[in-house]
Amino acid sequence: MNSTPRIVEVRKNILKKNDEIAYALRCRFEDAGVFVVNLVSSPGSGKTALLESTLTRMRTDFRVAALVGDLATENDAKRLQRSQVAVRQIITGTVCHLDAAMVENSLQDWNLADLDFLFIENVGNLVCPASYDLGEDLRVVLMSVTEGEDKPLKYPTIVNSADVAVVTKTDLAEAVEFDWPAASRNLQAVRPGIEILRVSAKTGDGMDVWLRFLASQREPHAAASHSTAQA
Amino acid sequence: MHELSLAMSILDMAEEEAGRRSAEVDAIHVKLGALSGVAKDALLSAYDLARTETTLETAQLVIEEVPVLIYCQRCEAPRPVPSIQELSCSECQTPSSQILQGRELQVVALELRA
Repeated sequence: MNSTPRIVEVRKNILKKNDEIAYALRCRFEDAGVFVVNLVSSPGSGKTALLESTLTRMRTDFRVAALVGDLATENDAKRLQRSQVAVRQIITGTVCHLDAAMVENSLQDWNLADLDFLFIENVGNLVCPASYDLGEDLRVVLMSVTEGEDKPLKYPTIVNSADVAVVTKTDLAEAVEFDWPAASRNLQAVRPGIEILRVSAKTGDGMDVWLRFLASQREPHAAASHSTAQA
Repeated sequence: MHELSLAMSILDMAEEEAGRRSAEVDAIHVKLGALSGVAKDALLSAYDLARTETTLETAQLVIEEVPVLIYCQRCEAPRPVPSIQELSCSECQTPSSQILQGRELQVVALELRA
């Protein structure tokens, strides 16, 4: 019997299972022509407020829906239902992030072809959601002016994984003496070239730019899906 | 804290691979990128917890930390970065979003014993 250890190469991603489900979801989203947005941020940075305002304003022009991740409560889903679009809660229990399987399960009986946009509000957490691909087309990191300009430097990984940054609660910027150049510098340092939008869901300031941005991001996808449908 | 679920995935992968070869696992080699979002110490503690009372109870977890490497457009070469808070070329300071390595979260190899 040979008891000498031998090295066997494996080279498998630890999150392989999640990545496979995310890949399948991405294909499903693309086939259905739905553009999927994953919102990540720390707790209390205004994901739900931004989403409520976004859903309410978008529903006249687009077919929109939302999935909302939360550790324990259904409060966010209840708030979002005021926007009168389809909202479903994912309660993660003790799990600190959404993973692709949770998204897949909660979408089982949804007809995705009936949607133009699907928003996924991740669990409020700036660490764990960074590693989990949900099959989204766009990852948006939110940062409120009340959190301080150095947040990106404290959580570089999640900012680096994002496609766009939205600075929220801009109506409070003056009160907290928010340093815009420093915030922009810090975001650019950890994610060079990232686009930065500014919104206040409360006053509506910047909402039109945000909505136009979303529509423009979806356009290439919508065109692609349309041409596939015709072919 | 998602390290525990990662540790369990690592054990599942090693168990599957070792089972297929009817071998015992001495060690599991993992690559951990600086931008993987996972802390080495947290993963080691989670792994200690996760392997208890499994067939891999004696298998060591060997973690290789992988620094970030970007492609610098100006130097036209792969370059390290000053820190993960500053993704720019350590030679000429040009920012770059082209990340060549540093996102790894990968089981690279197993040390097996027949």
